[in-house]
Amino acid sequence: MRSLQARYNRDRVMVALLLLGTALAALPLLLLLGYALIEGFTSLNWDFFTKTQKPPGELGGGMAQAIVGTIILNGVGLLLAIPFGLAAGILLSEYPEHPLNPPLRVLSDTLNGMPAILKGLLAYVLIVKPMGGFSGLSGAVALAFIMLPILAKSTESVLRLVPWTIREAGLGLGLPRWRVILSLVFPAARAGVVTGMLLALSRAAGEAAPLLFTAFGNVYMQLNLLQPMDSLPVRLYTYAVSPYDDWHRQAWAAGLVLLALIVLTSLLARWATRGRQ
Amino acid sequence: MQAPLARLKRPSALYRMLGDRVFVVVVTLLALGIVALSLGLGYYLYLGGAQAIERFGFWGFLTGTTWDPALKEEFGAWPYLVGTLLTSFCALFLSLFPAIAAAIYAAEYAPKWLVGIINYLVDLMAAVPSVVYGIWGIFVLAPFLRENLFLPAYLWTAEHAPGILPYLGNPSGYGFFTAVVILASMIIPYTTALARDAISLVPQAQREAAYALGATRWEVMRLAMLPYARGGILAGVILALGRALGETMAVAMVIGNTNIMLKLLGIPLLYPLFGPATTMPSVIALEFKEAVTDIHLSSLIALGFYLFLVAFVVNLLASYLINVFKVGGQRA
Repeated sequence: MRSLQARYNRDRVMVALLLLGTALAALPLLLLLGYALIEGFTSLNWDFFTKTQKPPGELGGGMAQAIVGTIILNGVGLLLAIPFGLAAGILLSEYPEHPLNPPLRVLSDTLNGMPAILKGLLAYVLIVKPMGGFSGLSGAVALAFIMLPILAKSTESVLRLVPWTIREAGLGLGLPRWRVILSLVFPAARAGVVTGMLLALSRAAGEAAPLLFTAFGNVYMQLNLLQPMDSLPVRLYTYAVSPYDDWHRQAWAAGLVLLALIVLTSLLARWATRGRQ
Repeated sequence: MQAPLARLKRPSALYRMLGDRVFVVVVTLLALGIVALSLGLGYYLYLGGAQAIERFGFWGFLTGTTWDPALKEEFGAWPYLVGTLLTSFCALFLSLFPAIAAAIYAAEYAPKWLVGIINYLVDLMAAVPSVVYGIWGIFVLAPFLRENLFLPAYLWTAEHAPGILPYLGNPSGYGFFTAVVILASMIIPYTTALARDAISLVPQAQREAAYALGATRWEVMRLAMLPYARGGILAGVILALGRALGETMAVAMVIGNTNIMLKLLGIPLLYPLFGPATTMPSVIALEFKEAVTDIHLSSLIALGFYLFLVAFVVNLLASYLINVFKVGGQRA
């Protein structure tokens, strides 16, 4: 047995090491947030939200078409994903004895871990190729593929938080099971379900990889889902790898907007599920 | 009380008999959509890449070292496969210490107010979009590494051991090492989150028993907690590996994208440490739009199929480990 003093010293060394590791882990994020705030705020202006792209090399312009595109793509994607995601969540939480559940849970987790770019490739093979061109619709489908497993998982976990006594009360009154689920369990978990949708939305909103060859990108305002559509992450990427300083500036601004979106959603999610866990 | 009850309208037979069954069928069918999607992902990627896989053969495509869309139209996945595996495992290795240290610190040492902050930062880290890491990598990390690490190391080597210069590669800042650093910082939260959960699942009695024996905090962690939680930590590490394998945009933005490899014992096995490299996802992202010939497109989708196979196995393993070790943290 080592002496007590040696053991204390060892403990102190380990604490120091752990602190160092924690600092190392947090460092990239803090630096990234700092740079995004500084570079982003100095580049954000009203034009960013209201104007579309100017020709390369010309100063000014904004990302209005990308902002509108991101909203449309993610909105449509969420609408497509909701029925499937909620249904899977209901099945996993409300029918624990269902034979489909074990494979569904494993495959849903696996799907969640699959690289986003593969979901874009799938949307390309399924939609872009048969339709013969890039379209906002295919981008929305690719984003829906990303949202699906997140929705299923979050719906399952918030439905599980609803006490079983509520279900028993409904069943005891003679309500059929589906009415219990839709009229009692869902309203009780509403805030959580909405939070799950927001989380899925914020995850998908930052994805550029699956949109590169589905929604493709567009320098003009485009509201038609069957035409190529722009999005903030894709525009950010295009500008960041471009040779123009003014575009780099706008890319930082887009990064700040995306970050703000994610911080807002996560705060909202914390607020909606406060005091639950 | 009898009268009002009798006056209540009884629900129709259809509502009572069919409602539940219809509901279950509808929910099951919709949920089957997710099952179909995850299996269909592999199937359709195979279909899309079938042309390339048939022309070069399953193993031939995998081990082919030429990727020439312009002249010979010959395609092989080897440089990209090696690039993906090398960057991912190096990043995983680099991320282990900070990720697990943060989890242990948050679980056992940190004051309560700091735990909340660490947990929030970890969640936030996982949520930051890949392109945002990418733009930070291009404009901040790459120039920083070039000035403070690559150039000094390169100049020192040029003076003292010029023989190994090819292994260092062009110190432009955009290359293998920068990509590994970016990747490592991106996958830290996945390991940390699962390791944290695993440590918090260790029964309180386990910890108290060790303290009662007079153990210091580190001894409690080392002897009583970590052996209990190691399955969950392993699951987190594998999940992080899965993320690293598929990470696209941030890597594509800093890795330099060149498939020229270094030979080791006559086999192309390595990329220069500082010089440009490439990965499967980043080549798909960069070349897909420019691909004009069918065989080029098909080869890119076939790359996606191989990436699917690797990611599928890694994720299945992680999900298996999570489910096995979640139940009370047993099986240690």
